[in-house]
Amino acid sequence: MYIIIGGGGDVGYYLTRSLLDQGHETLLLEKSPLRFQTLSDSLGQAVVRGDACEARTMEEVGASRADVVIAVTGEDEDNLVICQMAKRRFKVGRTIARLNNPKNELLFQKLGIDVTVSPTKAILSLIEVELPGYTFVPLMTLRRAGLEIVEMHVLTDSPIVGKPLSAINLPRSSNVALIIRDKDFIFPTADTRILAEDEVYAVVNREGEDSLRKALGATR
Amino acid sequence: MKVIILGCGRVGSTLASMMDSEGHQVSVIDASSDSFRRLDSTFNGETILGNGVDEDVLIKAGIREADAFAAVTNGDNRNIMASQLAREIFGVKKVVCRIYDPMRQSTYHELGLETICPTIVGAQMISDALKKASK
Repeated sequence: MYIIIGGGGDVGYYLTRSLLDQGHETLLLEKSPLRFQTLSDSLGQAVVRGDACEARTMEEVGASRADVVIAVTGEDEDNLVICQMAKRRFKVGRTIARLNNPKNELLFQKLGIDVTVSPTKAILSLIEVELPGYTFVPLMTLRRAGLEIVEMHVLTDSPIVGKPLSAINLPRSSNVALIIRDKDFIFPTADTRILAEDEVYAVVNREGEDSLRKALGATR
Repeated sequence: MKVIILGCGRVGSTLASMMDSEGHQVSVIDASSDSFRRLDSTFNGETILGNGVDEDVLIKAGIREADAFAAVTNGDNRNIMASQLAREIFGVKKVVCRIYDPMRQSTYHELGLETICPTIVGAQMISDALKKASK
């Protein structure tokens, strides 16, 4: 695979190193001359000085034969343009953009960026899971299918405690895929009863998320 | 017309003053309050301090009611992102985006974004002027 990475910060650097170690043809683009110097000392030919949103630069590094373009600069707008240019002008199959402001996720998806990674969102999910009294945390979005994987913590006072899945009014395009109870895991059937302190993992489409929340008695 | 202008640099401020004096409802956004000093003393519109690619700032500037949006900051990428936000998320009918880089301009023009490229326009005008002088 030929992978081009735009943005030579720490993320870009370690990403390049890891991909090279895995044996992929990888090229990092960094526009700052000072930073480029430091990077080339360590990455040699795998880093080129240039701006990944400049079409000329991308042409020079053979963007049209790249399998993946990854934009990990510190600015969402730069990452957006890198990926859009790669997709539209160079027909790159897969574009991945780092999103600093989680609010921009909808825009990036609408504009056809294949994958967005928001460190903010990811860390938030992890923190929420650790908070006492958390009940409903979206874990991951499966973009192409329009689905969310969510984690739900069943509190003792939840209305669904003791009920079998068949008795809970789950939205149509949802599926309770896994329940973790203490250290055991259960792949539930319609007869499986929910117990307090269960951690329920469900897959649901975006429209059904609210109904699922209500059905499972999650207040937040 | 209610128009939002992102960027109060030389072009942004001139544009804002122009449209304001024509009677339009103008809101100007800029990340630095100093920039607003470029506006005419007679400027009647509103100024919003903030980052134009932040949805909340755009909403504060009234993008939900806006008829038109112009992105004229000095950063091509910021203009591009803000214009697409205006168009795709807020559905503003008229969106104009300044892009200095001719190659980026052509890509986004193909994507259906209304773009103005001062680089090409300027070069063309100067070339015409140079040719005229040699008569």
